[in-house]
Amino acid sequence: MRVALLGMGSVGRGVLQMIEEKDLGICVTAVADSRSALIDKDGISIDEVLEAKARNGFCGDRSLTAMDVVTGAVYDVLVEVTPTNADTGEPALTHILSALEKGHHVVTSNKGPISRDFSRIRSLAAAKGVQVRYEATVGGAIPVMHMLEHGLAGNRVLAIFGVLNGTCNFILTRMAAEGLTYEQALLEAREMGYAEADPTYDVKGIDPAIKLVILANTFCRKPVTLEDVDITGIDLLTNDALRLAEEQHCTIRLIAEAIPDRGILRVAPRLLPLSHPLVVEGTLNAITIETDMAGEITLIGKGAGSVETASAIIGDLLYIRDFHAERHPKKA
Amino acid sequence: MKLEIKDAPGQLLAALKPISDVGGNIIAVIHQRDEKHRGGMLSVQIVLELPEQRLKELTRMIREQGVNIQRIGHERLLYQKAVMLIGHLIHTDLGDTVDRIDCTGFAEVTELNISMPAITQVSSARLLIKAVNKEDMEQAMAILRRVAKEKEFLLVEPLEEIE
Repeated sequence: MRVALLGMGSVGRGVLQMIEEKDLGICVTAVADSRSALIDKDGISIDEVLEAKARNGFCGDRSLTAMDVVTGAVYDVLVEVTPTNADTGEPALTHILSALEKGHHVVTSNKGPISRDFSRIRSLAAAKGVQVRYEATVGGAIPVMHMLEHGLAGNRVLAIFGVLNGTCNFILTRMAAEGLTYEQALLEAREMGYAEADPTYDVKGIDPAIKLVILANTFCRKPVTLEDVDITGIDLLTNDALRLAEEQHCTIRLIAEAIPDRGILRVAPRLLPLSHPLVVEGTLNAITIETDMAGEITLIGKGAGSVETASAIIGDLLYIRDFHAERHPKKA
Repeated sequence: MKLEIKDAPGQLLAALKPISDVGGNIIAVIHQRDEKHRGGMLSVQIVLELPEQRLKELTRMIREQGVNIQRIGHERLLYQKAVMLIGHLIHTDLGDTVDRIDCTGFAEVTELNISMPAITQVSSARLLIKAVNKEDMEQAMAILRRVAKEKEFLLVEPLEEIE
């Protein structure tokens, strides 16, 4: 199976490393970052491209762009792992739509296009008879989309509750465990590399809300958008509140909640008993799915990280290979 | 309530049926077989929810079945929920915040734990709210959400999974 990869950040490099390390039958025929691209229909050398990226800051030919890869390279699946633009979804949206239009499968970790233009992307893929998979957009390594679509096939999903933002969960864990103030815990999260310089998307609950939209669109018939989500962040929480919660054997976690029958789509800090399965520590993510047949199922795992996210991407790639594409031998 | 019934087939059902007839909801039935009374009578404790005004009718119906009511306990506010409020709770009239729930008649703030670190900083409080039934609790929460919005509090509600 031939793969073209857009995005050479932490996730892109993790995907390339794992393809190189494991004999998965995946041949990378093109890569692009924001400044350059490399195309070879017989397969590029992953070692060389990773080395060039580390040495020069870009991966290939400065005269080529990501769009040249999408339209000009020979590939079966486009792997789109560039950073999320939550406002417009671009340029990833255009790249994804162009690849689908040309009859290629798409695997992405990019929340922008999937949360904003899901209906359009899904209907184009259906019209072209190709797959769009986006396991890596929600819950990092947790295979929640596979669980919803295949593992729980035939179930009606009554509700989803999730801890979908590792940064917020880390901050709340540290506030509860050490009595840190919100500001102190945020500073620590930054030092550990868990929080961005501008943490607004995380602490205001926008990132988990975007993930909730993606989840809801996967299991609900009625399409939803970010504007439908009632969002409250964690930035006003106090360590006193966490202490008062603890006195009652409870704690506070930022919970994303979707209950379709009641029209509930909400991200907000919530009180939970300490023994609740969604009370996970540190940067972990957790998702509880309530269904009519299977009852309640909770998945817990790493919500971010280079190799962890690569796990989700590769799971999607191999799913497409096994069920929707012919295996293409890896080029030596 | 605690009832005294004959230890014979069908007697318990006879005692329970009127409860559903008046729209009551049985929460628990505790059967005390070891506690036999005179003439083969059994004591049964029943925990139930009932609209207040139907209680008289229910006791009449149960007695008509030949069942003796030994005792009726009364706990008006059966549902409780703990929530957190964070914000300038004192300067926005805490009394009024509590009163908005208490004045409904169907829900009350029965406990309040508050932490006030410094005069310029926000306070954090844990409130225990009790209500007559689930619907009333939902209404009380709706009132609290409105108050929180109006007074710019962060309201942290418990996560309750669907039934």
